[in-house]
Amino acid sequence: MTPETQQKLEKMALKVREHIVRLSTDGGCFTGASLSCADLLVYLYSEFLNVRPDNLQDPTRDYLFLSKGHDVPALYGTFVELGFLDKVRLDQHLSTDDHIYWHPNRHVPGVEFHSGSLGHLPSVALGVAMDCRMRGQANKVIVITGDGELNEGTVWESLLVASAHKINNLTLVVDRNHFQANVATEDLIPLEPMAPKFEAFGCEVRRIDGHDFAQLEDAFSALPFSGSKPSVIICDTVRGRGLPSIEARADRWFCNFSSEEVEELLRELHSQVATTLTSETLTVR
Amino acid sequence: MNYEELIKQTALADERIVVMTAENRALIRNLPAVLGPRFIDTGITEQTLIGAAAGLALRGRVPVVHALATFLTLRAFEFIRTDVGIGQLPVKLSGFVPGFLSDGNGPTHQAIEDVSLMRGIPGMTVFAPADEQDMLAMLPAIWASPQPAYVRVNTRPATYEHAPFEMGKAEIVAEGTDITILTYGMLFEQTLVARELLQAQGKSVGLINLRSLKPVDEAALLEVVRRGSLIVTVEDHFVTGGLYSILAEVLLRNQLTARVLPLALEERWYRPGRLSAVLEYEGFTGHHIARRITEYLGESANTIAEGPAVLENEFAE
Repeated sequence: MTPETQQKLEKMALKVREHIVRLSTDGGCFTGASLSCADLLVYLYSEFLNVRPDNLQDPTRDYLFLSKGHDVPALYGTFVELGFLDKVRLDQHLSTDDHIYWHPNRHVPGVEFHSGSLGHLPSVALGVAMDCRMRGQANKVIVITGDGELNEGTVWESLLVASAHKINNLTLVVDRNHFQANVATEDLIPLEPMAPKFEAFGCEVRRIDGHDFAQLEDAFSALPFSGSKPSVIICDTVRGRGLPSIEARADRWFCNFSSEEVEELLRELHSQVATTLTSETLTVR
Repeated sequence: MNYEELIKQTALADERIVVMTAENRALIRNLPAVLGPRFIDTGITEQTLIGAAAGLALRGRVPVVHALATFLTLRAFEFIRTDVGIGQLPVKLSGFVPGFLSDGNGPTHQAIEDVSLMRGIPGMTVFAPADEQDMLAMLPAIWASPQPAYVRVNTRPATYEHAPFEMGKAEIVAEGTDITILTYGMLFEQTLVARELLQAQGKSVGLINLRSLKPVDEAALLEVVRRGSLIVTVEDHFVTGGLYSILAEVLLRNQLTARVLPLALEERWYRPGRLSAVLEYEGFTGHHIARRITEYLGESANTIAEGPAVLENEFAE
């Protein structure tokens, strides 16, 4: 990756994080889970996927399915930066006049399918990948899951079927931010060693730093990892990445900051100096 | 013509059709060789089956999806509701051995809340053919519709020559002034017998084969209510959420009331066994239905004749 590309992506990811912070008030959103996959989404839509605002109806486009739907602020932030979505629509967050809420909706251009109930889109993406292969098309089909989402049996069921059918145009990406809603994954349902689990289900696996654009490029440009197996990329990430005051904190799941806190957090994104937050840390959703 | 032949011809004429199964191949054994990659068996994975069907439908396919009715509608319920329902995708669900047709399997396999569950999903349509001929008459329209659909698959041989199918229309078999029987699915065969037995007792008995439970033929139901006869709903389904409930909803919506006897399963699963034994035990042979109606009317049922023997079911995996 050239230094220019690297810089461009970092700049865009910072903008996306600003959108996420701005959505974390007046009703709030799933801030931490959105920040952990912001770099991943910025990389995929800017550099990797053949998906643009002008080819969303093209059956040969690539597909990205966001199975961990609660990180939709990162997706919408990326869509705004890449011209899929008008920024003013983010001001309609949680307004019933639009479709911008805590989980993805297909009325937003670029959203391939709605999600929110965990463990659904690996199977939906499998169906899409099966059809692309049936038609002899070379589309890449990516599905992003959370790590807590791996508790859901249907993630594994889908991989079992994908690997039985040798669906190698399907890639499952895990946003491994080490937290489920309220606790560290390893304190509740331990997921490590993770890569061998996917290997045992017939997948070819790589594990990378999900905040490192060069590593993202190395891994994604090597797809498919196998001529006959589904690919899995485990992206080690940090929940709340970019905001030291909430990074890797179990109690910062759903955030609903005051407008003053939002301004301070926007400064924190740039300064990396932790803010003192006074809002409720645990909001149950 | 049978189910497999119909789906084969439909799929060969329309490349959008994809046949999927969770390893229930009883009625579609010969399709893998004919359809190649358009036959997809996901193994015993009803949830992945439905999710993948939604994905295929997103790409313009019309998946016809097969599994045992109970696992399809219960195990995969949230996938049907969330992926197919919210997506309003044209996924066509074929539920094998619904209701009494799972005869000897036991309560784990008894799909007797499927109509209730499926009709509760916005945009979902629900069908229950009376027999194989009825089903073959109905399926082309069901598969051609842009809506998601659930079909109670029924391959029992017909004992009645059915009228052509019209979407959302019931089949009016007979009109009667004393009693009208409303039914759907495999019990149609028994209600035909019950009607004969009651007619022999001097009663004027109407019979309606609902065919489509959603959309329901409200005009046909209101016509029966207007006639003022006793209405008997006969269904191999829990009394909650099926035809009896549908009729109650229609009545309330139209600010009407009626005298209605529900013959359905009340708050329990049915006793498993050979189909003839199940219908005897549960009181759903033609003879039993005629007796139950007569007794409800406070009359002696002693002179009601026996009906013909119930044809046993073929084993379906």
